[in-house]
Amino acid sequence: MIITGPRGRRRGGTVAALWGAGPLTRIMLAATIVLSMFPIYWMFVVATRTNDVVGSVPPPVVPGGELGGNLARLFGDEQARFTLGLVNSAIAASTVTVSTLLFASLAGFAFAKLRFRGRNAALLVMLATMMVPVQMGIIPLYMLMAEIGWTGRLQAVIVPFLVTGFGVFMMRQYTLQALPDELIEAARIDGCSTPRIYWSVVLPVLRPAMAVLGLFTFMQTWNEFIWPLAVLDPDNPTVQYSLNLLNGAYYTDYSLMFTGTAVATLPLLAIFLLFGRQLIGGIMDGALKA
Amino acid sequence: MSAPVHVRSRPSPKAAPPPSGRAGGGGWSGRLSRWDIRFSPYLFISPYFLLFALFGLFPMGYTLWVAMHDWELIGSREFTGLENFRLVLTDPQFWNSVYNTAGMFVVATVPQLVMALLLANALNRRMRGQTLLRMGVLAPMVTSIAAVAIVFSQLFSRDFGLVNWVLGWFGVEGLDWAAQRWSAWLAISVMVDWRWTGYNALIYLAAMQSIPRDLYEAAAIDGASRRRQFWTITLPMLRPTIIFTAIISTIGGFQLFTEPLLFGNGDMAGGSLRQFQTVTMYMFENAFTRFDYGYASAVSWLLFLLILLGSLLNFLWLRRVGGGRA
Repeated sequence: MIITGPRGRRRGGTVAALWGAGPLTRIMLAATIVLSMFPIYWMFVVATRTNDVVGSVPPPVVPGGELGGNLARLFGDEQARFTLGLVNSAIAASTVTVSTLLFASLAGFAFAKLRFRGRNAALLVMLATMMVPVQMGIIPLYMLMAEIGWTGRLQAVIVPFLVTGFGVFMMRQYTLQALPDELIEAARIDGCSTPRIYWSVVLPVLRPAMAVLGLFTFMQTWNEFIWPLAVLDPDNPTVQYSLNLLNGAYYTDYSLMFTGTAVATLPLLAIFLLFGRQLIGGIMDGALKA
Repeated sequence: MSAPVHVRSRPSPKAAPPPSGRAGGGGWSGRLSRWDIRFSPYLFISPYFLLFALFGLFPMGYTLWVAMHDWELIGSREFTGLENFRLVLTDPQFWNSVYNTAGMFVVATVPQLVMALLLANALNRRMRGQTLLRMGVLAPMVTSIAAVAIVFSQLFSRDFGLVNWVLGWFGVEGLDWAAQRWSAWLAISVMVDWRWTGYNALIYLAAMQSIPRDLYEAAAIDGASRRRQFWTITLPMLRPTIIFTAIISTIGGFQLFTEPLLFGNGDMAGGSLRQFQTVTMYMFENAFTRFDYGYASAVSWLLFLLILLGSLLNFLWLRRVGGGRA
C-alpha cells in the first residue's frame, strides 16, 4: 500500500517523459521540415527571377518580380508545347484515375467477398505480378505500340495503365476489413443482383479508401516520366515530357525550367493541401496491414 | 400492389425475382440470378486480368523472345538462343552499370531508412501540430521525379549551385559534382532520399503506434533508458515493417533512372566515363539510342533477376539480423 502512491506518481512521470518531445527532438523536426520544404520553396523563388540572377553570389533567397515574364516565356516556348503538355497530362491522369477506381474496386470486391472457382490462384497470380518492375515491359510494350500505331498518341500512356495490381490489392484489403458479410447477405435476401450490390452497398463503404487510391493514382500518372518519354513525340508531350524539352542542349535556362517545374507541381501541391490528411491516413493504414 | 418488402434497395423492375424465383429457381429470372452468382465474379476481375495479359504478361514473355534473337530496328531477326545473355554478361559496360546501381542503392537506401526511423521516432512524441508536421515531411513525395531532378541538378551545379556556395564557407571550392563517381552518387542519392525519407517515416510511424504502450511503461519502470527502449522494444517490433520497406526500396532502387538521367542533362550514358549510368539507363541506351532491341531485352531480364536476388538477400539478411537480436 505504501508503494502504490509513489509508484503511481513516478509512473505518470515516466509516461510524460516517454511521449513528450524534448528540445533535441524539436530541433531535429524543425531541421527536417526546413530541408523538406526548401527545394520546393527554391523552385518558386527561381521561377520569379531572371536567369542571370540565379547564378549570382550570394544567391537570391527571396522571390523576385519576374514571374509574369517567365510564365510568358514558358507558355510561348514553341519547342516545349507546355500548354498541350498540361492538357494531355490532365486528360491522362483523370482517365486513368477514374478507370483504376472502377476496375480496382470491382476486382477487389470480387476477391474479398465473392466465392468463385480459381479465386485463390487468381489472387496469387496478381500478387506475383506486383513484383515485376515496370521497366521490364517497356521495350516490348513500345514495339507493341509501334505495331498498332499508337506511338506519339495519348492513348499509349493511358490504356496500359487503366488498372494496377496495387490498386486491386489495396481495394481487396480494405473491403475485407470494412465490409461485413451480413450487409451483402441482407442485400441478396432483398433480391439484389451482384452488380447492384456493388453499386449500392460496396461503393459507399469503399469511399475513404477510394479517395486515397485516387490521389495516389492521379499523382503517379501526372508524374510519370519514363514511359511518355519512350512512347510519345515532342509534338504531343505530357507535362513531364515538356519539362524535359525545356532542357536545352547548349544553354541551361534555369529560370525557365524552374517556372515549368513550379507550374507542373502546383496542381499536385493544391491537391495535397486539400487532401493531405486523407493521404497520410491512407499510407499509415496500408502500413499497418503490410 | 402489396406493401413493398424491399424498401432499402429495391432492384430494377426487370431484375426483380418473382416470389417463386428465390425458392425454386425456375423461369427466366431464376436462371438470370444463378448466372449472376456464377459469372459476376469473373466479370468483375476480368478487366484487370485482360489488361494485365495484354500490357504486362505479354510484354514480359515477348521480351524473353526478343532477347533470344539478334533483333535490331531494321535487318534480319535471327534466332541466337542465349547469345545475347552471354554477350551482356561479358560486357564491362553492363557490369559498370550494375556497380553504379548497387552502389547508389546502398548509398541512398541505408541512410534513408535510418533517417526515416529516427524521424518516425521523433514524430511519435506528443506535441502540437502533428498533422501539419506529417504533411511537411510528406510534401516532397508530391513533386515529380523530373521536378526534383531539375531542382537538385541546379542546387548541385558547379558554378552557381547553392550547395557549393555553402561548401565555400568551409573552404571547399567549385566541386564538380557530376565529374567524379563518388560525388555524383552522393548527389543522386540526396535526390532520392529527399523524396522518399518522409514516406518511409510515416510507414514506420504507423507501425510504432501499433506497439502496445504497456511494453514501454514496463521497461521504463524497470529502469530502461529511452535509447535502450528504442533498441530492445521499438526495433524488434518494427522488423516486419523494416523488411517491407527494404524490399520496396530494393525494387525502386534497382530501377533508378530519371534522377541520374536528368542529373546528366538527359545523357543516357550517365557522364563522360559512365560514372553514374544505371542498369535501366543502359537498357534504354541500347533500345532507343542503338536500337538493339535483342540486347536491351536481355539487359532487362537480367535486371529483373537482379531485383529478385536483391529482394531475397535483403529479406534473408534482415531476418537474420533481427532474429539474432530478439
